[in-house]
Amino acid sequence: MASQSITFRETRESKGFFILLAVLGAFLALGALAFFHNEHHGHYVTGMNNQIVWGLPHVFAIFLIVAASGALNVGSIGTVFGKGIYQPMGRLSALVAMSLLIGGLIVLVLDLGRPDRLIVAMTTYNFKSIFAWNIILYNGFLALAAVYVWTMMDRHAKKFYKPAGFFAFSWRLILTLGTGSIFGFLVARDFYNSAVMAPLFIVMSFAFGLAVFILVLYFAYTWTGRPLGDAVLNRLRYLLAVFIGGVLLLELARQLTGLYIAQRAGVTYFILFEGGIYTQLFWVGQIMLGSLLPLSLIFCRKLANNRVALLLAAGFTILGGFAQLYVILVGGQAYPLTLFPGAEVSSDYFDGVVNSYTPSIWELMLGLGGIALALVMVTIGVKVLRFLPESLADKVADPHSK
Amino acid sequence: MSENRVDEYRRRFVAALGGAAAVATVAPGFILREAHAAGEVAAKDPAQAVTSAKRWGMLIDVTRLTDGGRGMVAACKKEHGWDNNPHSAPEQKAHWARVVKVTDKLTKNSFELPVMCQHCEQPPCVDVCPTGASMKRADGIVQVNKHICIGCRYCMMACPYKARSFVHEHLVDQKMHSPRGIGTVESCNLCVHRVDNGQLPACVQAAPDAVTFGDLNDPNSTISQKLKAMGGKQIRADLNLNTGVRYYGI
Repeated sequence: MASQSITFRETRESKGFFILLAVLGAFLALGALAFFHNEHHGHYVTGMNNQIVWGLPHVFAIFLIVAASGALNVGSIGTVFGKGIYQPMGRLSALVAMSLLIGGLIVLVLDLGRPDRLIVAMTTYNFKSIFAWNIILYNGFLALAAVYVWTMMDRHAKKFYKPAGFFAFSWRLILTLGTGSIFGFLVARDFYNSAVMAPLFIVMSFAFGLAVFILVLYFAYTWTGRPLGDAVLNRLRYLLAVFIGGVLLLELARQLTGLYIAQRAGVTYFILFEGGIYTQLFWVGQIMLGSLLPLSLIFCRKLANNRVALLLAAGFTILGGFAQLYVILVGGQAYPLTLFPGAEVSSDYFDGVVNSYTPSIWELMLGLGGIALALVMVTIGVKVLRFLPESLADKVADPHSK
Repeated sequence: MSENRVDEYRRRFVAALGGAAAVATVAPGFILREAHAAGEVAAKDPAQAVTSAKRWGMLIDVTRLTDGGRGMVAACKKEHGWDNNPHSAPEQKAHWARVVKVTDKLTKNSFELPVMCQHCEQPPCVDVCPTGASMKRADGIVQVNKHICIGCRYCMMACPYKARSFVHEHLVDQKMHSPRGIGTVESCNLCVHRVDNGQLPACVQAAPDAVTFGDLNDPNSTISQKLKAMGGKQIRADLNLNTGVRYYGI
């Protein structure tokens, strides 16, 4: 458990708290407006269609869900792997995880064709569907994360702290395995149907979740005037680099496999070289800005202990994450289905052509609404319950350092 | 035996011989014509549950389709009214069936065929559906239970044939026998409402010379006999889905 000197305290009521809530509330309202607009008219007001069936809302939703499981890692490293410096951040880690998951799920649910039938999705299961398993995994994650927080907050429940942390960690690995398998199990789409999607999504969750956590942690401490030392930040900084490297490694394996196998070469070649916006998003968004730039910001010697560099690294990792998911989701669907291998196909219904997709403003508003909801939950959470240590200064967080 | 009776026997014998010859001459043509005339389907008692004794299937002889299947697509459209979505962009409009032109990259050999739900024995759309709305009837017909479809579109991601459509807008003037719904997914259901009434699917009726419909489980059905004699290819046979819709001439 955390060091005895750690004191957790709610954030104080301040003008900043309400300003933040007001700004986030505006995005929430826009998200709600987008939902009602889609719901009233039908999905024809969106850019999604029968060729690109999942679009920007799914990019937002899957980013948030993947980042949610990753955000819990900070707590898990403290609990499961016994790293003391991470333990004081366990409560916030679980709060961010739950908030991101709910933010992501709300986007996913509100984009359904029939969101009013959510109760059907919660009560009628086809257990051969990885989607059905995910519904159970998401709900279980929320419950386990809540129990985990309880064992950290209630002295009487302290004996369950280790097992709760262990279960939550195991569950989150399975959860992201399930999220990746949503794509891995698609038999007919050459860009998806691979077991590597599951571990790829797990390591993506490590990177995205940590990047979000770093930003939340930094601003939570800066805006409330609490001390936050370099010891904590530098641990997170180098951990982020490891995770970014992990994503790059699996992405390399995935793309090389795609180029090597003739059946997959078409779509891989399309994404890597000929895909226009998807190629640009891959190389510029995901690889350069989302991976190499953050790594440079982290390892540049002149930027050691530089907080702005860390914030930029985290921000660009998030940007790269969105680019990566956009390429996977939309790029993978843009490439036409192979009906007849070795032949060209055409029809009056977009067979054999690269499908186009232009996201509508409504989809963007819905996605941003999901992010706003997650942040509102974190903001209110740290205000009403003792999630944040009063200080994470070096001498408190890591008394044995230097 | 009188002379007259012998003559009568002779006449009968000759007549019978002539009749048999006539049958032998006409019958193959007749059977052939029947076979081309789209197969057979028996009405189902509404009180009786669908069983797996039958598996409905379709054989499309592409070489006999003079219009590439456009007549079949038009008949489907008319039967189910799926072209009634004025607000939707072309990419968003529903398409239960479409004509696809295929050209081999090397040989330039080209043909056209109608593509719709292939009614797989192992349908990926059914496997992935979280609620079980995407379902396969015991008799092999793959369709969507529109009462429990939540509109997640995962089945559309999973279908190798792009056979499914999502309804992007409110619908008016629907066909009573083929209810559809905004926010749900739909596709060819092999005209289940007609098949249960002992009628052929609308597309089969529109191209009787080229399409045979019937029970794949019955080795004596016309479709089974023709498949045995002619063979019938699957689209993406490599996926091992064992489709109920087969093609000749692709």
